[in-house]
Amino acid sequence: MPWNFNSNTPIYVQIIEQIKFSVAVGEYKAGDKLLSVRELAAEAEVNPNTMQKALSELERGGLLYTQRTSGRFITNDEAAIKKLREQLAEDQVENFISKMKLLGYSPDEAAELMKKYNRK
Amino acid sequence: MLLECNKLCKYYGDKAALNNIDLQLERGKIIGLLGPNGSGKTTLIKILSGILTPSGGEVKISDKNIGIGTKKIVSYLPERTYLSDWMTVQQTLNFFKDFYDDFSMETALDMLQRLDIQTSEKLRTMSKGTREKVQLILVMSRNAELYLLDEPIGGVDPAARDHILKTIISNFNENASVIISTHLISDVENILDDVIFLKYGNIVLHSTVDEIREQNGKSVDALFREVFAC
Repeated sequence: MPWNFNSNTPIYVQIIEQIKFSVAVGEYKAGDKLLSVRELAAEAEVNPNTMQKALSELERGGLLYTQRTSGRFITNDEAAIKKLREQLAEDQVENFISKMKLLGYSPDEAAELMKKYNRK
Repeated sequence: MLLECNKLCKYYGDKAALNNIDLQLERGKIIGLLGPNGSGKTTLIKILSGILTPSGGEVKISDKNIGIGTKKIVSYLPERTYLSDWMTVQQTLNFFKDFYDDFSMETALDMLQRLDIQTSEKLRTMSKGTREKVQLILVMSRNAELYLLDEPIGGVDPAARDHILKTIISNFNENASVIISTHLISDVENILDDVIFLKYGNIVLHSTVDEIREQNGKSVDALFREVFAC
């Protein structure tokens, strides 16, 4: 997958976000096997320790799991993936609403604009 | 602890190049040694590689004093080339194989092939960038515990730079650490665990890249420009 990093937030945080996004949009499917830490690190051109840190954190969150001998996989829990997708969608809405607020629109007015936009 | 420096000093005449440096480094890390010209980066690296003797203080690498014992486990890439330019790549490989027990011919040949460098080619006929690649390959093909890379990406184009960084990432193991000295911070920032800022021979900052970004909300490169603003 293509990796893109900004320079202001820790890389591992950005890796976590990007993997979550790839799972939510279905680039990674439930049960898919991930490349090794070293391969992923080389692909993303980051330090293997950084990649390891990101993957461990995703594992703690339950999105990934490790099978001792065969590697690391995306969770098989479809409900969890659905929840992740909803969570990311909510984040987008929150982001949108707060930007619209700065522009002087109430949430209702913002929603109205959204509807209009959709009809175009 | 892989590296320990206690009150390390180096004077050139009465000028202090390193001023009471205390430093401890673990294994399995890639560390950026950053600082403006004349801050002591190369002096520190040369002391660790055994080329310069300190004026005072103590240095231990893997619990050994600097000497033959540490040269066996330290792989050093100097700023300038030290290979004779009449040599072919193959001859430099043999040279390294002769010198270092931990040199892996297989690793070196594999990397050379991936970079499309012919072993029959003479160093003299190569571009500066290609020569730098050959040297880095030689140095990274040792199975050392500490790699000291003094400005490894100074003379190469951005594409080769990416490849060199990949080479560094994929060749070091968790028993070893890599110290990279460079001015080109934004190019190496993503592969570093820790950074050390040197200023007039003093360590003014030793932190992880993650901490710097979390606490300052900015890149190491941006912080460097602030700390060393002229």
